[in-house]
Amino acid sequence: MEFDYKELGLKVGLEIHRQLDTKKLFSPVPSDLHEDVDFRFQRRLRPTMSELGEIDPAALEEFKKGRTFVYEGNHRFTDLVYMDEEPPHKPDEEALRISLQIAYLLNAIPVDEVHFMRKIVIDGSNVSGFQRTAIIAMNGRVDTPWGSVGIPTICLEEDACRIVEREDGKVIYRLDRLGIPLVEIATTPDIHHPEQAKVVAKYIGDALRATRKVKRGLGTIRQDLNISIRGGARIEIKGVQELDMIPLIIEREVERQMNLLKIRDELRRREVKQEDIKEAFYDVTEIFKNTDSKIIARAIKKGGKVLAVKLPGFRGLIGREIQPGRRLGTEMADRARKYVRGIFHIDELPNYGISGSEVNEVVERLGLGENDAFVLVAAEEETARKALREVVKRAREAIEGVPEETRRALPDGNTQYMRPLPGKARMYPETDIPPILIADRMKGEILANLPELPQERVERYIREYRIDRSLAETLVNDERDELFEELVKNGVKPSLAASILVVVLKGLKKEAPIENITDEHIREAFELYLGGKIAKEAFEEIFKELAENPNKTAKQVAEEKGLTLLSEEEVERIIEEVVMANIEVIRAKGMGAMGMIMGRAMAKLRGRADGKLVSSLVRKKIQELAGS
Amino acid sequence: MRKIERFMQQKNLHTGDVVRVVESENGTTVEYEGIVMPPYELSSGETLTLKLDNGYNIGILVDNIVEIEVLEKAKPGEKKEFKAVLPKNPELPNVAILGTGGTIASRIDYKTGAVHPAFTAEELALAVPEIFKLANITPKLIMNILSEDMRPEYWRKIANEVAKALNSGEDGVVIAHGTDTMAYTAAALSFMLGNLHKPVILVGAQRSSDRPSSDAAMNLTCSVRMATANFGEVAVVMHGETGDTYCLAHRGTKVRKMHTSRRDAFRSINDIPVAKIWADGRIEFLREDYRKRSEGEVFVDGEMEEKVALVKSFPGMQKEILEFFIDKGYKGIVLEGTGLGHVPTYLIDTIERATQEGITVCMTSQCLYGRVNLNVYSTGRRLLRAGVIPCEDMLPETAYVKLMWVLGKTQNQEEVRKMMLKNYAGEITPYTRFDTYLR
Repeated sequence: MEFDYKELGLKVGLEIHRQLDTKKLFSPVPSDLHEDVDFRFQRRLRPTMSELGEIDPAALEEFKKGRTFVYEGNHRFTDLVYMDEEPPHKPDEEALRISLQIAYLLNAIPVDEVHFMRKIVIDGSNVSGFQRTAIIAMNGRVDTPWGSVGIPTICLEEDACRIVEREDGKVIYRLDRLGIPLVEIATTPDIHHPEQAKVVAKYIGDALRATRKVKRGLGTIRQDLNISIRGGARIEIKGVQELDMIPLIIEREVERQMNLLKIRDELRRREVKQEDIKEAFYDVTEIFKNTDSKIIARAIKKGGKVLAVKLPGFRGLIGREIQPGRRLGTEMADRARKYVRGIFHIDELPNYGISGSEVNEVVERLGLGENDAFVLVAAEEETARKALREVVKRAREAIEGVPEETRRALPDGNTQYMRPLPGKARMYPETDIPPILIADRMKGEILANLPELPQERVERYIREYRIDRSLAETLVNDERDELFEELVKNGVKPSLAASILVVVLKGLKKEAPIENITDEHIREAFELYLGGKIAKEAFEEIFKELAENPNKTAKQVAEEKGLTLLSEEEVERIIEEVVMANIEVIRAKGMGAMGMIMGRAMAKLRGRADGKLVSSLVRKKIQELAGS
Repeated sequence: MRKIERFMQQKNLHTGDVVRVVESENGTTVEYEGIVMPPYELSSGETLTLKLDNGYNIGILVDNIVEIEVLEKAKPGEKKEFKAVLPKNPELPNVAILGTGGTIASRIDYKTGAVHPAFTAEELALAVPEIFKLANITPKLIMNILSEDMRPEYWRKIANEVAKALNSGEDGVVIAHGTDTMAYTAAALSFMLGNLHKPVILVGAQRSSDRPSSDAAMNLTCSVRMATANFGEVAVVMHGETGDTYCLAHRGTKVRKMHTSRRDAFRSINDIPVAKIWADGRIEFLREDYRKRSEGEVFVDGEMEEKVALVKSFPGMQKEILEFFIDKGYKGIVLEGTGLGHVPTYLIDTIERATQEGITVCMTSQCLYGRVNLNVYSTGRRLLRAGVIPCEDMLPETAYVKLMWVLGKTQNQEEVRKMMLKNYAGEITPYTRFDTYLR
């Protein structure tokens, strides 16, 4: 669907986080992730007292959960600083330099003095209860065909712990990611078209990659979108992984907000008021005592209750689609998910084993009119009440239109409720880290050595290495460019390096999990090639095996699969065999048999001998025989 | 005066003013708007600190500012006072919390980033409401010093306040104390409080109370629990491990800060802790030989000889270090010897001179763990002959405090020796359990 975004008043802002490939920000611990757990400890966080009356909704939500946090650590990848058992060291100088580079690449102006702040985060993801963050530069800009988009701030901050598991009243975190430096780039909400958002994200991503000091791979980049339309509300969408998904997610959010506004208008037309929606929950367990619904039967058997709430004026609206495959009912269910796995609403019934007569009995019991709806929950009574309270809250919000929320991006472009929009960040100075004056000399050095942007790099590859534009672009976009240059420097022909890194690897994508192939694997395979140990035809098979068994080395695979090159004598011996087996044909056809002999020889020698060598040996043999 | 203070004076700028600043550097002009923050003590002194609307602070070089306009003058700070009266619950025990400085609880003003200590009952009730369910709390700030500035006359003052509280109906006392010298104060109170039969609990925090991960609230809660327990001694209550699972109550004479920054920095040395106080409130006593709670008047036995020194022995140590104390009229020296309790042999003559002049010389070990023994090697035997008192398994700091206390009562050498070797407050254990070392 193509909307008139200008008419709708679409406003989008981006927030991009990317990990830097340096030591941790406030302690020189290696910033790698590791699955081994050496120790665990358990903590709680309490919100710090602020002035009275001021409550951060997100902080409150966390505190209400009264959670215990369990941290899993590995001695090599965390330390006392990141267990909040030691004050921070000075910020990593390399991380500071890289963020200044990024600032300049995005046309921003560094601040004179960097002040690290403590931003309160009490979901446990930061052991200290706050994230250390500082503004490095301000007033940047990205130009796009739709107009210029501002970059008000570029921040350097600490990444949080990885979440391992959520249990009742307990969250388990892994410490290794905590403290990895993150650059956070925010744009102004001046993006007015879904495609423009992608262009801006790409530009920023390119600037980050240009430093060659950002981490790569899953989870190292996080893109958040802030989206609103006129009359709607600001929605923060977290966890957008792929650039290509950005326009679709924006379109879907616009669609969602428009549909929620239509539902609002219909509710207003039906004159539904906030106060009509009451937290009155009816126990209808009796109606379902012989139900065919497995979910309900199971809940009752476990001693639970079936509770129903009346939503006056909502008939037909709970089931209305607001995004492909998602309804207002889905939004209610998402809110209730903290307590129950699902809800049932009248617009989708009878279904799921709930019969028409059961529905009718509930309608009767609640005294519903033709426009009225109900929502059912089957669970332990108190849990069911909590779940229905969330449903009531969401229903009331529907009368207002679009509730402000933080939502999670789903793989299909839709989004799902995550938590209320956080209040204004609660920050106070990190007094353990003295402010850092950015010396003119440092700025000068960085400005004089700014890295080339990816687009410039593509042009240079075409010019310097004479490779195809499409190959050059793929190398750069897939972030194989650093490895490519390294291989070329080591003596690999640019065209070969490019075609193996792009064509061969991409070709394997459908057959094998190529994300398992590390740069180290690739380097090693090329070393074998340069050392005359394997033929270029062997790369494909080696990579395929390495993708399946990443613990092996390229050398092992080459040996196991018989892909190591044969010595010239062995090649000659095999050709000799082929020639002898076909001696009659050669005698008859002379050089005319070349094609056939070559084919039979290569069938035995492919990947184990250089094609050129085989062909010259075959030619020599035939000439000898034909000449005799 | 630094550049920033001069600048603020010239421009009549005050903390809290909302300003628009134009900065120019190499031809680029940038504009910032924000609230003027107090000049940073630690900063270069060349920058104006501005809090921006997004909550971040940045520093702007005063030299680059070409224009500054005050958009809004700072409003005189309204002082919020919480005047609620907390009703006494007759069912609950009474606990006094004495503040000595530092912050056991604090409140953050996110507008300015300032951290305010919270110490009135009402502020405490807001910060750590749990403790008001455990006891009727009477907080009192008795002094406001850094723990490194603690000295014997303050120990006496604390002891007097404790005695006053316990003799006027409090069932226990909690003393909030900076962690650096908390163990010294604990030892001092252990000796000074005579006829003590109620809990006197020292507590602190290794992570400041302004952060959500602070250990302050749990340490305080566990201390209040211990202060209401069936216990009648001085103890330090702090985190028992890095996690928020339990606190340990350590006997006041056997505890030492063993780490610069960890939550579980306080350890019992040469002894096991008195009790474990679990986060869920359970108190698990780890031994039976502690004094139980009973009634009776506490008195302060607070006389202290302040001319006492604690001196560490080290290779290459010069005689003049000890001669200094002798010449300056010191009455006692606690040596922190090497190993079983040794000093370089060429110092023995000086030590003998000291004891002959009536100066008490005590020996402890810088190993901290273990007992001194001056009979094993000849150096030890010579030290004994020179009149050194071997302080068994006493911590050097405890021996130092104890010697001040003993010399406050008598300067008779024989008396002093007897008292130093007598156990008054658990400072000497007759034998050492295997499980008392580096846990």
